[in-house]
Amino acid sequence: MNSNSPDYQQKTLLQRLNWQDWLYALVLAAGAVFAYTRYAQYMDIYEVGFLFGATAVFSYLGWQWKRLSILVLGIGAVSVFSINLYQGEQARATQVFLLKYLISSQSAIMWMNVLFVLAMATYWFALYKRSEFTGKVATALTWSATLFGFVGLMVRWYESYLIAPDVGHIPISNLYEVFVLFCLITALLYLHYEQRLNTKQLGGFVLLVVNAAVGFILWYTFDRQAHNIQPLVPALQSYWMKIHVPANFVGYGAFSLAAMVASAYLLANKGVLASRLPELDVLDDLMYKSIAVGFAFFTIATILGAMWAAEAWGGYWSWDPKETWALIVWLNYAAWLHLRMVKGFRGPVLAWWALIGLIVTTFAFLGVNMFLSGLHSYGTL
Amino acid sequence: MRFAVSLLSILGIASVVGTVLKQNEPYENYIIKFGQFWFGLFEQLGLYDVYHSSWFLVILLFLIVSTSLCVYRNGPLMIKEWRTFKEHASEKSLNAFSHQATFDMTSGLNVTKQQLMQFLQAKGFQYKSVVHADGGELIAAKAGTHQRWGYIFTHTAMVIILLGGVLDGNLPFKVQEMLGHKRIETLDIPESQVPEASRLSTSNPSFRANMTLPEGTSDHVAFVRVRDGYLVQELPFTVALKDFRIEHYATGQPKSFESDLVIIDPDLKEPITKTISVNHPLLYKGIAIYQSDFQDGGTALDFNVWNLFAPDNQPQPLAGAIFGKGTLGEGDDALTVEYNDFRKFNIINMSPDGKGKPHNVGPNITYKLRDNKGQAIEYVTYMQPMQIDGKHYFVAGMRQTVQDEFRYLRIPIDDELSINGFMNFRAIMLDAAKYPEIARKIARNSLDVGKDPAVVKQFENSVVQLLTIFAQGGYSQVAQIIEKNVPEKEREVVASTYIKMVRVAAYEAYNMGLAANKKPLLVSDAKTEALLRDSLNSFSDMFFYGSPYFLQLEQFEHKEASGLQLTKSPGQKWVYLGSVLLVLGIFSMMYIRERRIWLLLKPDANQVLFAMASNRKNLDFEQEFNVYREQLKGLLT
Repeated sequence: MNSNSPDYQQKTLLQRLNWQDWLYALVLAAGAVFAYTRYAQYMDIYEVGFLFGATAVFSYLGWQWKRLSILVLGIGAVSVFSINLYQGEQARATQVFLLKYLISSQSAIMWMNVLFVLAMATYWFALYKRSEFTGKVATALTWSATLFGFVGLMVRWYESYLIAPDVGHIPISNLYEVFVLFCLITALLYLHYEQRLNTKQLGGFVLLVVNAAVGFILWYTFDRQAHNIQPLVPALQSYWMKIHVPANFVGYGAFSLAAMVASAYLLANKGVLASRLPELDVLDDLMYKSIAVGFAFFTIATILGAMWAAEAWGGYWSWDPKETWALIVWLNYAAWLHLRMVKGFRGPVLAWWALIGLIVTTFAFLGVNMFLSGLHSYGTL
Repeated sequence: MRFAVSLLSILGIASVVGTVLKQNEPYENYIIKFGQFWFGLFEQLGLYDVYHSSWFLVILLFLIVSTSLCVYRNGPLMIKEWRTFKEHASEKSLNAFSHQATFDMTSGLNVTKQQLMQFLQAKGFQYKSVVHADGGELIAAKAGTHQRWGYIFTHTAMVIILLGGVLDGNLPFKVQEMLGHKRIETLDIPESQVPEASRLSTSNPSFRANMTLPEGTSDHVAFVRVRDGYLVQELPFTVALKDFRIEHYATGQPKSFESDLVIIDPDLKEPITKTISVNHPLLYKGIAIYQSDFQDGGTALDFNVWNLFAPDNQPQPLAGAIFGKGTLGEGDDALTVEYNDFRKFNIINMSPDGKGKPHNVGPNITYKLRDNKGQAIEYVTYMQPMQIDGKHYFVAGMRQTVQDEFRYLRIPIDDELSINGFMNFRAIMLDAAKYPEIARKIARNSLDVGKDPAVVKQFENSVVQLLTIFAQGGYSQVAQIIEKNVPEKEREVVASTYIKMVRVAAYEAYNMGLAANKKPLLVSDAKTEALLRDSLNSFSDMFFYGSPYFLQLEQFEHKEASGLQLTKSPGQKWVYLGSVLLVLGIFSMMYIRERRIWLLLKPDANQVLFAMASNRKNLDFEQEFNVYREQLKGLLT
């Protein structure tokens, strides 16, 4: 043992990086530079900032979480391949075999749906059989679903420009697109905690909420043809959308994850599946962490929303139903965190609260669009 | 704190009420919805504008005060916690810790001390050591105490955001209104006649006002809507609108709204010219000017007016402009036309199941016809024929009240895509002088009628009679006559005979109209059948149209008005500052973990007492404690 570096010494992030990490960051940076040289004239200063900011953020996230970096590279590779198959013609989406059945935006999203359903079934089977191997399969299925989902969104982004250059926009502008985003973010958040806390048993629970969203996507696609790309209304043509919406969905995703963990907690607390589920302490900790992440992002999203509103609607706060419900959701989780952190509250009450919080969140996300009218009417059903 | 939480809960509930009950609607809508009693009660409670009601404001103020008090009381404590190493902890109290361990000291005191300090440093702890009277030494260390700032940041942020919000609210007006200096204007009068009590001067610190500028005009006042009235906000400059544009996507949906504005101000050497659009406001003298909506700015209109019940086919010209008025008819039956709105683009989903793509059906105009008793019927009429179920019609809707849905009259187009075919047909169907000729033609063409002149005469008479009835009210008139004169058992047979006869008559009438205008005649086929059926339906429906006048828009000269929103919000920067603090606070509260370590070196016993504590015990802390205990054990022994 070297006395200069005793074994308790912790390495900093930069010291821990190996050549693959640097290569990964380099690939991302090269991609960003390529995009910049090619499309700079279509971007405003903020969007250029987002482009390089995203490179930094995804490099960092990939360094912290290696599997994510593989996913990011995978998404990039498959998306570029798919885009090349298009050869600039939208009609090829239904003509080229690979596009039609695998990686056109619509097919990729359908594959995402299918894989999420399979993953959930496999997770439950693994829980029932207490099979570690089956659990690994389920995890792999979930990862594949997120790969296909993100590829679907990426290609959809490209497809929107094929319709007409002025129609093109990032695919997070209507209810259909954000539902896909919701599935992906919730799944990713879960996968992160699954790896860190080794909680494969929770997959079936978390994928319940993801698959509820999948069900909605399917209904929305087949009954309403919502998958058709629509041009942006003037109010949405802003760089703010690129940060406000994803931030919000990290919030929604994390709150949903917390609620699903809470349901597992409540079951385990009653003795149901207790022998198969993780320890109550672990569940409780996961629930807290995910609400904390959700709350932080939801706060940021709401603030970004306010800043956007100040540019688009003439004021940072208009008591629009969506804004008001965002405030209610925020107050709800603020109270939850307050009770836990300041008062040291634990146990089933908080779990019930997290579960009911999902209802409030769902109303803010969906109910407001369905039942109330206001400025946020882009996502009407 | 309990008080603050209850206030927040009340705010939450009030906010929900505000979202469920549509805010700032015209008051008549509420009266219709709730009835007079509840309307009055809800008005007293300020439920129609919850977020600007006095009680809402009072709760906000209480919240500010109570949160400030919290920060005032707990802030110093937090700062103390942030700074202190708690180096005065006694051995007894350390022994009482739930997370502690004792190790044997194998090296000398100083070496051990050095090792421990290196350890703490490597783990990112700050430390301070105190020599005890008995020769022992206590190293007190802390990490993550910045977390304590989280409390101060978040709570101060709340206060700052709320203060910023109140700053941008209408508190000054509320106070002046209570003192009786100001009141809202509820009458629809010209701006120049609005009294001083309902005007806000340019020194008003914050407002959110609206302004509608027709193209080519300018103004220096805006309107603030308050409850069921408004206030006039004077502006320190003049805004002129040169041009307003809407661009469309290929699908017809709007792509952008843009206004070319000119700011005229004596303080400026040259007027500022700027184009604003949604998401791109203009800021001048602390006032932000937004593109908020648009409406008509007085489009000039040219109509052909048909008198539906006159047996001639000559339309009268009529000219007018949006927001203007005109007169139709004479004497007691005269009607006033009020031109309300013109829309150049109307994106409507016309597919029968509602699943198809919406598309542009062209310009329409909304107008009211008011009789001399003041009763009005609202009409909407589309300039171009619309395709419905594969056929094209001129469409015009009418409704008696705003709550009703429009009911539509659909007039089939003729071969030249015009309305004239129907209008000629209608004129002949209304012209009793033409009935004998129609009857004769039917008699001649009909195989059922024999050659007996008496029978022919009788047949012709019955056709004339039927047409006379039909001209009085279409199918429903015929139905009434049947109901009155025919025994119930025979009604069905008679009705179907009549309908058949009306059809045949319509064929002859339509062709007479075409012949008179030297147009090619209809031939008997399915298309003609459909045209006649539609024409007869329109003829019957026009008795329910509410007025004899059918206005067909011939030409227009479009003039638009841009809807601007002007806001002055001095609180905005405070709200943003508060937001930054809030985010900082939340992150430090949740992601900085305060941990404290005490290492008591006891040379007498040759032992080191290790104790660890955190203000929030969770899994991470447990794990960290276990890791440190093992590492320290390895280090010391």
